[in-house]
Amino acid sequence: MTLGMINANPVVHAKRERIIRSEDIHSDDALDALDVFDSVRDIKDPEHPYSLEQLSVLSEESIAVDEKLGRIKITFTPTVKHCSMATVIGLCLRVKLMQCFPPHFKVDITVSPGSLANEEAVNKQLNDKERVSAALENPSLRQLVDECLYSNELYSY
Amino acid sequence: MFVVLEIGASSIKAKSVDAISSLIKNDLLTLEALVREMELYLTSTDHIIRGRGTLLLAEVLNCLLEKPLDSHTISILVEFFTAKLEDWQVLWGVLVGCLALLKRTKKFGMVDNSDARTLAKSFLINVQVQSLAVRDRKLCLEVLQCLLDAYTDAVVVLLSSCDIWDNFFITGDDLVYGICEAIDEEKDPRCLMLNFHLVEILGHLYPDPSGPMASFAQDIFDILSRYYPIYFTHPKDDGLDIKREDLSKGLMNAFSSSPFFEPFVVPLLLEKLSSSLLSAKLDSLKYLNSCLYHYGGKRMVKHSRVIWSNLKDVIFNFSPERPLLTDELDVDMKSEVNQIRMEALNCLETALSCFDFSEQDSFLCLIIDDPDIGTKLESLTSITSYSGTSAEIQRDLSAIGGIFTSIAKVSIYCCNKVFLKFFPCLMDVLGVSRNHSSQFCITNHKTVHGGMNFGALFLSVELLSSSRELSLVSNIAAEFIAESKSWFFMLKSFSMDLCHVLGSVLRTSNTSMVASEKEGVLCAVKGLQSLSTFPSSCSPISEGCYEDVLEILMSIITGRSDETYLWNLSLKALVQIGLWIESASGHDSARGICYNKVVEKILSMLQTNDSMVSLSLKLVAISEIANVGQYVLSIIRALEDAIISSLVACIQGGLKSSDSLVGLLECYTSRVLPRCCTSGSFDDVAVQFSINIWNQLENVSVFNTDVTMQVMITMKLLVAGCTVENQSLILKKAHCVILSMDFLKTQPFQSIHGIIALSCRDKWIASLFGSVVIALRSQTPLTDMKGILNLFLILLPEGNLPAAQALASMVNKCPSSINEPEISARLSLDQACEDILKLCLWTLESNSHLKQYNFLDRDICSQRSIVLGMAWVGKGLLMRGHEKVTEIAMFLMKCLVSDSNEDITLQQQKENGKGVGMDANSSLATSAADAFHVLLNDSEDCLNKKIALYRALGHIISDTPLAAVLAESKKVDIRNFIIPALLDTLAISGSETSHKKIVYSLLLVLSGILMDDNGKVTILENIHTVIECLIKLISYPDLMIRFPSCELSIGIQKRSLTPTSVRKVCAELSQIVRETAIQCLVAMSVLPHARIFPFRPRVLKAVATALDDRKRAVRQEAVRCRQAWFELTFYTFFVVWFDPSNY
Repeated sequence: MTLGMINANPVVHAKRERIIRSEDIHSDDALDALDVFDSVRDIKDPEHPYSLEQLSVLSEESIAVDEKLGRIKITFTPTVKHCSMATVIGLCLRVKLMQCFPPHFKVDITVSPGSLANEEAVNKQLNDKERVSAALENPSLRQLVDECLYSNELYSY
Repeated sequence: MFVVLEIGASSIKAKSVDAISSLIKNDLLTLEALVREMELYLTSTDHIIRGRGTLLLAEVLNCLLEKPLDSHTISILVEFFTAKLEDWQVLWGVLVGCLALLKRTKKFGMVDNSDARTLAKSFLINVQVQSLAVRDRKLCLEVLQCLLDAYTDAVVVLLSSCDIWDNFFITGDDLVYGICEAIDEEKDPRCLMLNFHLVEILGHLYPDPSGPMASFAQDIFDILSRYYPIYFTHPKDDGLDIKREDLSKGLMNAFSSSPFFEPFVVPLLLEKLSSSLLSAKLDSLKYLNSCLYHYGGKRMVKHSRVIWSNLKDVIFNFSPERPLLTDELDVDMKSEVNQIRMEALNCLETALSCFDFSEQDSFLCLIIDDPDIGTKLESLTSITSYSGTSAEIQRDLSAIGGIFTSIAKVSIYCCNKVFLKFFPCLMDVLGVSRNHSSQFCITNHKTVHGGMNFGALFLSVELLSSSRELSLVSNIAAEFIAESKSWFFMLKSFSMDLCHVLGSVLRTSNTSMVASEKEGVLCAVKGLQSLSTFPSSCSPISEGCYEDVLEILMSIITGRSDETYLWNLSLKALVQIGLWIESASGHDSARGICYNKVVEKILSMLQTNDSMVSLSLKLVAISEIANVGQYVLSIIRALEDAIISSLVACIQGGLKSSDSLVGLLECYTSRVLPRCCTSGSFDDVAVQFSINIWNQLENVSVFNTDVTMQVMITMKLLVAGCTVENQSLILKKAHCVILSMDFLKTQPFQSIHGIIALSCRDKWIASLFGSVVIALRSQTPLTDMKGILNLFLILLPEGNLPAAQALASMVNKCPSSINEPEISARLSLDQACEDILKLCLWTLESNSHLKQYNFLDRDICSQRSIVLGMAWVGKGLLMRGHEKVTEIAMFLMKCLVSDSNEDITLQQQKENGKGVGMDANSSLATSAADAFHVLLNDSEDCLNKKIALYRALGHIISDTPLAAVLAESKKVDIRNFIIPALLDTLAISGSETSHKKIVYSLLLVLSGILMDDNGKVTILENIHTVIECLIKLISYPDLMIRFPSCELSIGIQKRSLTPTSVRKVCAELSQIVRETAIQCLVAMSVLPHARIFPFRPRVLKAVATALDDRKRAVRQEAVRCRQAWFELTFYTFFVVWFDPSNY
């Protein structure tokens, strides 16, 4: 158990400008990395009132999508090497993707190689279905995840 | 190549069989080639593969029943399968193959006899049916059945006459023995059915007493008798579709197929007949009946004594207690007890008729000399009063009645016997003496007042009616009539007096009858009816007596209408006698003339105003007599006279007679006129009568009453049934009368405007004319259409409903194009519509020229009349699918939303002084809503038109400002109308890809309603439909046509849910439809939890599919929607539910 913050003073980056997609009526809008990035960029960091994008935990380049095979692969980079929040961030990402994309997509979430001390264990935990659903049944953890997901998302209704 | 196919599941197998057989059918593959290809699989040493191969070939053959094959191929195939019968491991396929080959018909090439013979032999030698599984057993039995049915010659005739050195020799004994073996110990109902049938065929095949059937009869009986009586308890839904009755019938046919079963079957049946189980009893009787019929009298005569004693027991124990009133007491005629009785009597009849003369005589003597019958009859006839007799006596009575009837029906000889034996003594009991003078008087007062002996009465009437039935079916020779020992002679000698005795029974009855007295009356009427309906060649009663009968019945009709039961019976009897005369002798015979008097008398009742019989009863009598076709016309004349005189009286002010007029008209239209239709004289009658009515109207100037409705209905019926020419005649007459209308005397048609006061006569005439127009055929030309149209247009605002309906009928039937333009009197449909639509002119300008037409300037009453009238006109247009209906719908809609409209507020200001403002409008809206009801409430026949209307409605709703729709939906009655209509429209348009624009507009309206607080209430009331509708729209298919940007006007933007929709004016419409549907669902997630929670799974499931939508915008909406509905967990549900702050 750590007292205080793990990374009390993170580097904050500027948000990238939102790209407005051009509309093409007749073709299908295929799912691409930007779609995925758009859905996860505004997730709040568990510790700070900044989005994952702002903290440079995620970028469009760190996301790979193959629509034909139905795969989404996200690699994220925790701000510090010993970040214990990495699992929470991963969990947030997974929940968000579950909500936003059809269930037939296989989602792989990994931390970028070398960015975390217990990288292998975290990767294993994040992609273990049973452990994820167990975590989501934990009320306090669920609340934490929900806070991250919805803190700066406001419905207009 | 087949191994793979064969290993697969059954559906794959079936498909591969289909594929191969279609190849062969289309001559892409020959059977020979197939067999050659399959050689490995057909001859493999692995029995599984061999079995599959054989089965495949067999099933392919089964599919080729209608493919012509040459005899060589068939012969080779039969040879193959015949040889394979030895191979028990592949038996299934072989049996299927044999069956497929044997089932072939001559047309497409069938198995020849010698091959069939070989097959039969091989089958009998090689196949042990008993040891096989059900499936194979069934196939075996089918093969046998096929062999016996279709190859009788080959198997039976040829076999028995075969050369003894012939290699194929099988005796009939072998065959029957083989079948015996095959059917032994069977339990499966399907196989049993086949077994029974096989035995039946065998029975018919070997009638020879020295044949195999005679020698094996006992063995077969031993096998079959185990099943009797059939005890079958399979559940109803076992999928076999075999009922106990089927099995029972099968076994019965098997038993009765061969007389060689007789020594075994009859004792068994008689034994089971005494069983206490009702179904066994019933079965035994049925079987006995069938056996009696099939075995013939010679074989059965030795059992006759036992059969009679058994039947006697059954008949006496199972007869109903109330022999006559059973129908009235509504006893279930199909009850088992009753069936048993009927079957026993049937048996008796069959037994009597199957014996030849001497046997019959002895059997008959057995019955009629039976001491039981004698003693029972004696006790029955000695009882003085039947009112309190025991059930047993009643049962005996009906039993003896039944036996008498059955015997008398069999033949003249039997009838003679039973008459000679019993009739005189019955007559004695009744106090009827032979050769009595024809004087009409009651001689024996004691019999009448001391109570007629009902038993004797009943039995003699039963004998009477059965002898009548006999006389109908058998030709009665003249010498027989003269013979003194015949039943006819005897009946004739008693008839006169019997007739009078029956009459006296009716005479003495009174209004308060107990059941037994009722039976007496019923018997007497039945007796009289039978007496007077014998065929004319052998009628036992004289003309004078016949007249007496009619007089007795008529005196009841005219004088005793308070005794309903007796009255109805007499009337029915009279009708029956009339029908009999009509069918048998024609009404110009002496009896016919006699009957004519009866009809005249009944008709004269209509004219006389006596209080003895009420008018309604008179009408009942008349309409019943009208069943006799010959009198329909004279009855109609009489009725018409009565109606016309009543009508005139009515019109001239006697309100008293309006009731009788209504009654007369009702009787005329609903009871007598339909009979006229069947007799083919309808046209003349209708034309004359309707012109007659118009004549009366023309001549009468004072109108004082309101029986319009009934007269109109009559007129409609009369006109509708006429031919085109006759309709024109009536129309011409009616038009003349129209021109004599009071208000037309002062001013001609064209100059009429404004409000006119109609006299009572005018209203009458106009309504009646309306009904004529409504009933016209579409081919009938309307003369002076313009004038008529004008007339109705004037009448419409006065609230004249017939006028509105007539207008609707006119626009409905009006030809869409006129071929002869020179006839200016005929309007084109468009012009007619235009004229009509002038009524709903909606302007604000107080143009004096247009004033008479302006809808808003009219008072509220005529506004409402116009609205209702328009609904009818709209319906007329809708039925023919005319586009003008949209205009009318638009007009009605305008009325519906009128109070939120500005022009109306102006009008309100105008009318403020009068203080009608708001009320008037809301009532206008109400009548508009009613009008929609008229318009939409239609049969499913014109559903296609309805779609068009829904489209129109869709346009209207979407083009009306949302505020107006919302304001309207506050009102309960309108709300109940708008939302369902909107949803219906959505559902209907949603299924048609061409209606996207409407769907979108409607969806926007729906979302607008959703956003409104009042709207939410409305939505909640229809939540189920709304959600279903939206869910359907989530998967709205893509659009092929692009949506022009200009069409989505700013007016619509205002009420859309999201600004994103506005951005996408150019985008695909169907995408927006999907998007908006999802947005609506999001909006619905904030409705009260308790109401929407049940729909959560449905919505989530539907939205999950939208996550995969091909359009990004839709996907994003889906994510939001999913989130919104996801949050509605049980948890939140309960929090909301139990959170005290919510209360």
